[in-house]
Amino acid sequence: MATVHLVCFGAVGAETIRAISQGITTYIGWNTRVHPESMDLDPAFDSERNQYNSTDLLSRLDHLSVSPGDRILGITEADLFIPILTFVFGEALLNRPPAIISLHRLHLSFYGLPEDPELLLHRAQTEAVHELGHTFGLIHCAEYACVMSASRVADEIDLKGPGFCTECADLLSRTLQHFKTRN
Amino acid sequence: MNSKPRILIVDDEQVVRESLYEWFTEDGYPVDTAADGKQALNMLQESAWDILLIDIKMPGMDGMELQQKIKQIDPSIVIIIMTAYASVDTAVQALKEGAFDYVTKPFDPDDLENLINNAAERQHLARENRRLKQTIESISKSEMGEIVGESEGIQKVKDLIRTVGPTDTSVLISGESGTGKELVAKAIHQQSPRRHMPLVTAHCAGLPEGLIESELFGHEKGAFTGAEYRRKGKFELADGGTIFFDEIGDISLKTQIDLLRILQEKNFTRIGGNRPIEIDFRVIAATNRDLEVAVQKDKFRLDLYYRINVFCIHLPPLRERATDIPLLAQFFLEKAAKEMGKQASRISQAAMDRLYSYPWPGNVRELQNAMERAVVVENGEEIKPEDLPLPEGAPPEKGDDLSLAEQEKHHIQAVLDRMEGNVSRAAKALQIDRVTLYNKIRKYDLKRPE
Repeated sequence: MATVHLVCFGAVGAETIRAISQGITTYIGWNTRVHPESMDLDPAFDSERNQYNSTDLLSRLDHLSVSPGDRILGITEADLFIPILTFVFGEALLNRPPAIISLHRLHLSFYGLPEDPELLLHRAQTEAVHELGHTFGLIHCAEYACVMSASRVADEIDLKGPGFCTECADLLSRTLQHFKTRN
Repeated sequence: MNSKPRILIVDDEQVVRESLYEWFTEDGYPVDTAADGKQALNMLQESAWDILLIDIKMPGMDGMELQQKIKQIDPSIVIIIMTAYASVDTAVQALKEGAFDYVTKPFDPDDLENLINNAAERQHLARENRRLKQTIESISKSEMGEIVGESEGIQKVKDLIRTVGPTDTSVLISGESGTGKELVAKAIHQQSPRRHMPLVTAHCAGLPEGLIESELFGHEKGAFTGAEYRRKGKFELADGGTIFFDEIGDISLKTQIDLLRILQEKNFTRIGGNRPIEIDFRVIAATNRDLEVAVQKDKFRLDLYYRINVFCIHLPPLRERATDIPLLAQFFLEKAAKEMGKQASRISQAAMDRLYSYPWPGNVRELQNAMERAVVVENGEEIKPEDLPLPEGAPPEKGDDLSLAEQEKHHIQAVLDRMEGNVSRAAKALQIDRVTLYNKIRKYDLKRPE
């Protein structure tokens, strides 16, 4: 069965990984497998911005050897950026295996508020499903409650959940069916 | 159909192009990239782009120069300048020269999204504005529709249309058949505040009394045998707009009474119905008969005549405005050539002489038909005398009998001759029904070639 490989860059809490894994199984229907070793973040560090280059990390994930059709989700606590944007919650290659999410700006503590562990797990799960949605070819959805709607600030992630709207679910289902028949 | 604006990113840095490309693609925008100004200009020549994100500092043609060139090609393209902090002054200059906005790198994702949404809205409004302007221009251009001519007679008609058009006054248009009475009605309606509502034409000639009532008032289901569905009549259809009675002189005295009542009370009841229906309409009527004579002969009600003849426009026959013939002929030539995809674009002097000398008993309609026929048969660029379907032989001299009846007689005979006595084809060419043609043949004692 097709698998989503979870790859940590640096340390990531076990509870968070479990929540992400559960979200993927529930909403995408694929199994997950946690990569045994976490990968090194340092080569992607930009000292001028004090952030990590998301595209570099994504490129490294793209070179991992996995079965055809499998997806790879990088997870990190580091603050990610792409050169043209001040930050990203995550990044994915459309219709290709790798995606990555950053938990850094999902923490309420980042905004000077008391931490809310449950909310963090909800956000992490939602972002993971969102970025993986891109790897299956889904683009941003206009339905605000759909997991594929774009979130430019963390509060917008809370407006939606990890579930797909009917239209996106239908598109995803057809794509996944294609994977099934191919395998 | 993708309704999102098409975005072109122009930046010499590959990483910027790629990351913005991915970002917009994920958002569902049609997007492409260009590495420099020259490539961007080439892409603009090849297809249309709505929003351009341009880096201000590029080798060769910089963002400012590119913006100037784009504005010359299409001023409506929305341009967003991308800049580093160091060049904010230049970006401000770009704004003065017409850029929509500028963003400093790196962008905040939320700011970029708002900026693109605003740019898309601006672009949508600009496009909508252009569309509305074109609509207004086309309405303005067609204010006189196909009423072509510069003669004193037709100028007077146009002046009257401009005067009465914007009012709600009832108008009676008189003139011989084929002079363009329906075009005048359309032009009046087009200039009135009712122009966004329908102009409904009721052809009164040739309809039996029972049928004209149903045409005008509609009927309820089961009102008469065969009335299986409720039907709206012309009055109901014209609610809010204009109703045009063509050949009003032909309606029966009974229908005249009904008509008068509706014009006075502005309500009516469908045939077979009992519920009065309120309607708001303007009346324009046309006739080729002398209604005053019809009134004197008790063929037309005086009170109805006064009701519709509030403002009268008389259309002169074409023979009384012969100076308009070249303009009209050229207009119909170009129209027909365009419709048929033919080359014909001018009229030879000999053909024009022929057009001038012919009396045109069928008026402008006959001229239009003649030009259409000429375009059909002529495969070159110039219309020649032999292309014109005018009766053979010498045209009537000025001293001949120019009465309408005499001209009509000669014209129908000529058409019958041309159609080798085939009444159906002749009726079609004359644009009258076969019964009318048979009546005319009998009336003028015309001969049908064997």
